Amino acid sequence: MEAVIAISIGVLFGSGVWLVLRPRTFQVITGLLLISYAVNLFIFIMGRLWLDRPPLTLEDGLVDGLVDAGLYADPLPQALVLTAIVIGFATTALYLVVMIGSRGLTGTDHVDGKESSK
Amino acid sequence: MSLPWMQHLILAPVLLPLLCGALLVLISERHHERKFLIDLVGVLGLLVVSLVLVHLSDSEHWPGGVGVYLAANWAAPFGIVLLVDRLTAVMLLLSSGLALASLVFAMTRWSRIGVHFHSLFQFLLMGINGAFLTNDLFNLFVFFEVMLAASYGLVLHGYNSMRIRAGMQYIVINLVASFFFLIGVALIYAAAGTLNMADLAGRVSGLDADELVLLKLGMTVLALAFLTKSAMWPLGFWLPTTYAAASPPVAAMMVLMTKIGVYVVLRLWLLVFSDGAAAGFGFDALLWGGLATLAFGTIGLLASQDSGRMAGYAAVISSGTLLAVVGYGQPSLIGVALFYLIGSTLAVAAFLLLIELIERIRTPSAAMLALTMEAFAVEDAPDEPVGVAIPGALAFLGLAFAGCALVITGLPPLSGFIAKFGLFHALLNPGPGEALGRITWVLLTLVVLSGLAGIISLMRFGVRTFWAAKDVTPPRLQLTEVAPISLLLLLCVLLTVQAGPAMDYLERSAEALHRSEAYVERVLSEPVVSRIIEGDRP
Repeated sequence: MEAVIAISIGVLFGSGVWLVLRPRTFQVITGLLLISYAVNLFIFIMGRLWLDRPPLTLEDGLVDGLVDAGLYADPLPQALVLTAIVIGFATTALYLVVMIGSRGLTGTDHVDGKESSK
Repeated sequence: MSLPWMQHLILAPVLLPLLCGALLVLISERHHERKFLIDLVGVLGLLVVSLVLVHLSDSEHWPGGVGVYLAANWAAPFGIVLLVDRLTAVMLLLSSGLALASLVFAMTRWSRIGVHFHSLFQFLLMGINGAFLTNDLFNLFVFFEVMLAASYGLVLHGYNSMRIRAGMQYIVINLVASFFFLIGVALIYAAAGTLNMADLAGRVSGLDADELVLLKLGMTVLALAFLTKSAMWPLGFWLPTTYAAASPPVAAMMVLMTKIGVYVVLRLWLLVFSDGAAAGFGFDALLWGGLATLAFGTIGLLASQDSGRMAGYAAVISSGTLLAVVGYGQPSLIGVALFYLIGSTLAVAAFLLLIELIERIRTPSAAMLALTMEAFAVEDAPDEPVGVAIPGALAFLGLAFAGCALVITGLPPLSGFIAKFGLFHALLNPGPGEALGRITWVLLTLVVLSGLAGIISLMRFGVRTFWAAKDVTPPRLQLTEVAPISLLLLLCVLLTVQAGPAMDYLERSAEALHRSEAYVERVLSEPVVSRIIEGDRP
């Protein structure tokens, strides 16, 4: 499972980087979105990969009043990834607005605001 | 038992701008005087709070001069910790002073050419102050994003095609840098299992070899994000363009934003890598990166004709000097470096405000404003500003320009000279038994050369503007435009006159930075406020 996750993050990130380096704003924003997916997945797996383990402590999970940490997934990366998703989404949305504004003002969707001379 | 109210002051630099900003969103743009007043009250409040914090952190009020605020009363490694020590307090003071100047400058013109200037300004302050205060890496990310989101809005403020082009590149670069920030944070968490900076520093020595590699990797990726903000070569090509395009009050605030990168590197690196298992990691990279930045800024400054870009390259030079000095890794240098940071921030900010006034000599018909209005269809264009115009406009512009130039290039008698002199003195006296390396001479030469480039470039600009121009029409200057620049320059003068006490204070802050063990101990031992639960009461 580790290999699958690692490869998928790598593919997402790699495609994202390639798109960000393209000259059109639409490609750039698509690239940013792909990178943000990759990064979110990356944060998520930093709490290690678990199967069938809840991130919350349940009443019947207590052993002598203490928590057996081995039974639970790490909740912190899950909380972090939630924040990261929200912030990444908001800033990317903001970029979308700027991108549309730029298209309207300069009449081109080139990142430099003018077509490169061919 | 409850917390003494003084303790809540630590939270005030974040809370106050948040509340003011939220309030300002609700008020219509038509009431710009009212909006300005609220904004001003918020900034003045911040100034008072930061003065109190500077005083408290240097008195015996908190043990070791470190005030710790446990958010939501969670004990240290589990909850988010806000922290004030001397360095934080000084940076807060710098940010509120600079904010006051920018805000007053923006009053007559710039805050009226678009919407929500004042709210964004307050949110920017919230982000900046939060980044100074926090002791938690993920919380730092959140405050960085608050700051950046506000700065995206402010860079685009007064929407024209030049700004939107520069703004778009600025946003993409910072978005990518933020993703790197997240990757770095995730790697550090994977390695050390904590995001609290103090806890992280305490755990470094207990990590095994694999985890240490992961931690170093994480810190490197994280540093990429900060170094993009502080425009280290080759991550800083966005800076001159963005500075030249942004409206002057915003550009002045952005000078401070480049210093935040330096601040975080300083704090984090000295905390985690000053001693212990991974001592000295990355200092060389900072040093060489700083030197490259210094060289890049010097060449850029010599090459640029446009005044906005000149200011941008001056900021790059100041970043480069600071990074190189931090990377040099000599404890006695840090205090002077902080002195340099304050002086150069004030001077570059003053210069950025000043060049807009100087441009009016060249284009008396306020072409700048026309340029701004070209795209942004403001319903009621701001009237020709009413206010007190000051006499002797040209004399003021000339003197203020000379003052900025003196501080930026480091010529006597202003604070720039003291800072550079202190740097050279500390570099050439490395302490007993240590020889001067070749790298010392490279650093010294580059700093001197950058000063020389500054002199040539600024003199060329000054001569061309004030002496060689054919018909100089004295521009009409408002009191609210002159006062902020005077304030910033007066602060530089004050820093010169009171160099002794200021330097002592900064030396103490630098010394505290190097006692990472005491810092870790202090943060982790902060007691939570005990709650009295009904049933427990005797």
